[in-house]
Amino acid sequence: MGTIQSGVMQSNGDPLVRVRNLRVSFRLDRHTSFDAVKGISFDIPRNKTVALVGESGSGKSVTSLAMLGLLPPENSIIDRTSEILYGGRNLVTLPIGELRKLRGADISMIFQEPMTSLNPVFTVGWQLEEVLRLHMGMRGRAARKRAIALLGEVGIPEPERRIDAYPSQLSGGQQQRVMIAMAIACEPKLLIADEPTTALDVTIQKQILDLIAALQKRLQMSVLFITHDLAVVGEIADYVVVMRNGEIREQGPARAIFESPQDSYTKALLLCRPRLDRRPMRLPVIDDFIRGTGPQHTEERPRGIGAGDPIVLDVKNLGKSFYSREGIFGTREFKAVKDVSFRLPKGKTLGLVGESGSGKTTVGLTLMRLHEATSGEAIFEGRDLLSMPPKEFMRYKRRIQIIFQNPYASLNPRFTVGQILVEPMHIHGIGTSAQDRTDKAFELLAKVGLPEVSFYKYPHEFSGGQRQRIAIARCLTMQPDILICDESVSALDVSVQAQVLNLLQDLQDEFRMSYIFISHDLAVVKYISDQVMVMSEGEIVEIANSDDIYRHPKMPYTQRLLASIPKGWHG
Amino acid sequence: MATDTAAIAGAPRPAQRDIPHTVSPGLWTLAWRRLRADKVGMVSLAIVLAFIVMMILSGLGLIASDWQREVGVNYAPPTFLGPEAPATPAPEAVVPRTAAPAGSNYQSKIVDPIGDVIASLKAGKVPGGPLPPETAEEKSVDPLADVMSEIRADKQVEAKAEHRVRLATLPFGGDKWGRDVLKKTIKGSETSIFVGIASAVVATFIGTLLGALAGYYGAKVDDFLNWFYSVFSSMPPLLLILAVAAVLQHKGIVTIILILGLTGWTGVFRLIRAEYLKHKAREYVQAADAIGASNARRMFVHIFPNVSHVVLVQLSILVVGFIKAEVILSFLGFGVPVDVVSWGSMLNEAQNELILGKWWQLVAAGTAMALLVTAFSIFTDSLRDALDPRLKGRTGA
Repeated sequence: MGTIQSGVMQSNGDPLVRVRNLRVSFRLDRHTSFDAVKGISFDIPRNKTVALVGESGSGKSVTSLAMLGLLPPENSIIDRTSEILYGGRNLVTLPIGELRKLRGADISMIFQEPMTSLNPVFTVGWQLEEVLRLHMGMRGRAARKRAIALLGEVGIPEPERRIDAYPSQLSGGQQQRVMIAMAIACEPKLLIADEPTTALDVTIQKQILDLIAALQKRLQMSVLFITHDLAVVGEIADYVVVMRNGEIREQGPARAIFESPQDSYTKALLLCRPRLDRRPMRLPVIDDFIRGTGPQHTEERPRGIGAGDPIVLDVKNLGKSFYSREGIFGTREFKAVKDVSFRLPKGKTLGLVGESGSGKTTVGLTLMRLHEATSGEAIFEGRDLLSMPPKEFMRYKRRIQIIFQNPYASLNPRFTVGQILVEPMHIHGIGTSAQDRTDKAFELLAKVGLPEVSFYKYPHEFSGGQRQRIAIARCLTMQPDILICDESVSALDVSVQAQVLNLLQDLQDEFRMSYIFISHDLAVVKYISDQVMVMSEGEIVEIANSDDIYRHPKMPYTQRLLASIPKGWHG
Repeated sequence: MATDTAAIAGAPRPAQRDIPHTVSPGLWTLAWRRLRADKVGMVSLAIVLAFIVMMILSGLGLIASDWQREVGVNYAPPTFLGPEAPATPAPEAVVPRTAAPAGSNYQSKIVDPIGDVIASLKAGKVPGGPLPPETAEEKSVDPLADVMSEIRADKQVEAKAEHRVRLATLPFGGDKWGRDVLKKTIKGSETSIFVGIASAVVATFIGTLLGALAGYYGAKVDDFLNWFYSVFSSMPPLLLILAVAAVLQHKGIVTIILILGLTGWTGVFRLIRAEYLKHKAREYVQAADAIGASNARRMFVHIFPNVSHVVLVQLSILVVGFIKAEVILSFLGFGVPVDVVSWGSMLNEAQNELILGKWWQLVAAGTAMALLVTAFSIFTDSLRDALDPRLKGRTGA
């Protein structure tokens, strides 16, 4: 496979943690087991940040859980010869009681989802003090004082007041800060951060990354940073370990990995992600590197819209409010979308960017009438889609289609792929007979790059990227004029993301569909869009051709957003 | 409306194409595989199926159709050896089904004052074996020696028949009218299991339909159905059942199915409503909306298969509950009419018999019910684990 093991990383002196030949497997049922980690070795040096990078299924999270003894005992097996050495002790064979003493005190962990990691019925102060009580024996006033100091340290404003807040009263970023405060409460030697910023907006992600880097220096600890995104760790990692399918593909100092990657997979990871400064005709995909051909079609793709482009959809003053009951009779109005107007040219892509809660998804759902708009109109072929009666709208429904974010949730698990593809044609009376529709379904499967056998399979037999292809094929059965992609590639691994983006681009070139591409990922939006619309709190902040907006952002909000994008490696 | 019914006619059947493919296991197939691996579950399933087969055979009249035949001994104990053998040419042996006079003397030997002695003698001896020759002393001491010798003579003649007589005993004993309790239990299962399954189907159907409407449409529909549900669930179930029974007057199996079905849907309603609330917001349902699927289609073609495992488990739980409920109702005398036997009415009879020390009817009906209910409950648990393996200890990497 050409795996490059440039030896175990060299570090000065005695490393904090030494992982040797770690093997973890999971029992699937009585006869089969699955090797999640296949004998990996690496070191975590003192006072350094090590990034463990890999896509889903690479075994990176399993590795971190094994270090804390948090793997489910009923179906996981750690090989007897595996060693995780910490302070002269092997964590693999350490009794659970000893291990529990280490957890929280010497080694602590931050998880991906702060919302589910904090207990909603206790105040953050109570939860912080609990850690201090258990591990440091602090009580009462001393514990509270320390808790306030910790909250201040992780950058929570007014810690004296916020200490009595419940988790639900804090924003996602603040909740993650509280999690970090809990993790550093006992001044651990090692902090394990498992995708700590993946669930956060890009501006918050930037703040959390800065905080972790600052704390690492101040508290003299080591950090094991687990992520699927190489770009995130470029700014904070000292060493990088790249994993794939339970094996280490490459490891070494960050500079070496970013500047001269040896392994084809590492190269692919670095280049598959769209970059802000370049826009090739096709994105490089992992196969290009595995096959050794290198990226194809790298010439620059021109983007942007001109004044003469024919307009497909003209949205005027779109507004959408949600009402929640308050008291017995009162209602509270929440304006998710306020007065949004834009025009969508034929065969072009409009990128819709914004942080969570900016109303970008609501715009998409409202245009499809999955939510009824409160005000405004959307003119399509001279008719207002939003005000026509539902019966009449049925004729237009197939013309505007949507691809959802989560390919695992958007396909009915009880339908075969064949049924999924035939159903829309059946509903809209496309095709003359069942045979005709089936033929068309096979044609589309080929178009999105899936084998014919897929027709008879169920969605659960496919990977995330393949499922997204099925969802795309389902939309294509109706030959839509407008395709709304609602975070359609956000849940996919970097390498798969590039393939799906290429597919979307090919389909647009072939069918001249217009896309509304909704995403929080600015680099992806920059790559795929002709025009970009930045939204914040339900309003349009800025709308311009994508090159203009990235090169010369006019509004401060846009500037701040662009500054937060992880830059990768700067050398 | 014609288009509407066509729209929910089910997932479209794609035409077949001649490419080599293996049929992928659907979720039901996978669940069945998991269930098959569960030994305890399969044993319970076998027991439940045995009961159901028994019920069907009895319903078709293939077994226990002569449950009303009487042996002529009140409360014949399980040790009782029935006198008549199929081979014995006794024309009175078959009593008309309707006639059931207590202690009918269709075999005079039994009403004979020494019938018991004879019976025990017969029981004590090795059947068909050579009898000891009578002696003079025996004759002189025993005043009944003559009778005995007569009997012995009879016995030798009937040595072959005697063997068959043993086969015709009542292993579970007899009831007040001398009817075979085993056959009664089998006949009773017909009522109890049928009522249990049928009323569970009715209750699940109502609960699922209303739950789907409430959960899917929400808003006003949900408010109204919730109000309706609250009215039903605010009354103690037993009182509600007694009240409905009083209103319906007419006693019969259909009545009792309706009573249980109309009062038992509330639990299903609540669960299915919650499932529909959850699934309505799922992306695959939004996707179905986006491709233009009608409400009915989304509700029953898209969401229903995804909640059907909940429905199935609820159905299974309700069957267990309603078998017990029928027994309780019949026990209280609100259940099946007197001319129909069910486990509940058997237990009701056993109430009085116990004072007399006649325990076998209680044991027979009680054991049958306990066995079925326990097996069904264990099967339900296995079914739930098989359908939703995540419940059984989450695993994750």
